[in-house]
Amino acid sequence: MSATLRVKVWRGGADGAFQEFEVPRRESQTVLDVVTHIQRALDPTLAYRYACRVGMCGSCAMTVNGAARWTCRTHVDKVANKGELTIAPLRNLPVIRDLVTDMREFFDKWARAAGQFRGARTRADDFARVSPQSAERVQADAAIECIGCAVCYASCDVLARLPEYLGPAALNRAWTLVNDVRDAAQAERLRAVAGDAGSLSCHTHMSCTERCPKNISPTAGIAGLKRAVARAALAGEL
Amino acid sequence: MSARSETLLWVAQRASAGLLALCVTVHLATILYAVQGGLTGAEILGRTRGNPAWAAFYTMFVLAAAVHAPIGLRTVLAEWFGWRGRARDFALIAFAVVLAGLGLRAVSTVFA
Repeated sequence: MSATLRVKVWRGGADGAFQEFEVPRRESQTVLDVVTHIQRALDPTLAYRYACRVGMCGSCAMTVNGAARWTCRTHVDKVANKGELTIAPLRNLPVIRDLVTDMREFFDKWARAAGQFRGARTRADDFARVSPQSAERVQADAAIECIGCAVCYASCDVLARLPEYLGPAALNRAWTLVNDVRDAAQAERLRAVAGDAGSLSCHTHMSCTERCPKNISPTAGIAGLKRAVARAALAGEL
Repeated sequence: MSARSETLLWVAQRASAGLLALCVTVHLATILYAVQGGLTGAEILGRTRGNPAWAAFYTMFVLAAAVHAPIGLRTVLAEWFGWRGRARDFALIAFAVVLAGLGLRAVSTVFA
């Protein structure tokens, strides 16, 4: 292990340039540790975003040596190339400054994909009983651990071409709700994910599935949505 | 275009893809088999003329292609060139008609 890392960090907004730093190499060092060292010891004007540092909050994702990653759980050992790191903001999102992107569009698309649970029961009703072994619950379980880090969104090649595409995270969320037997807005949700910018635009490149730090397969969920909207369209329910 | 129409186009493209997979396989296998006896126009026409089964097969092939290609092109035009809306869809309907017309003309010449 060499004593220092050469780190190129994106500075500026959409128009900017990489700035080079030398960062001391440490045992079990994460990419987030590297960025934090730069901001605390070398240049306090560096803008970046993090919160939990333990892979729960989904706020620290960046492009590291060309691939979107959650930086708090990415060890330098795993990604450094000959002692070099290149750290940039996430793709497919507007850059505010340095490593910070504007994530409004990313989360607005969750709402556009009808990503809210709409129940029909009231507090007067009994609990809904959903067997953990039921097919729907198993499907939802496989997709439900999303932390909203936008790694999938930044990795999606369809989004690079089709900016209005809802993207893997929002569609994955919709898929968990399609499998929620308590939800009462299924027809509306299928309409929301069937349009020009919805699930049918997925080209199954599987970059989202490849990169998801939680090992979710949005591609599988999107395939499920395609089948669901196709069935609804043929039945005249869309 | 409505979500339902978009979805039905998607279904049509998948269904026609299934047909095309079958048609292309049969087509290539037939070529490999037929070419063994030498490849002349007269020899081909001798086999195809007045054969209603092959005429029906190639009619289906042509129609599947005429459905499949314009729908795929529709996505390419949107994603690569940003061309959307009614003008694009009318242009693609015209493209589908030309594909079907040329294909069916060929079928009628070779098989009639």
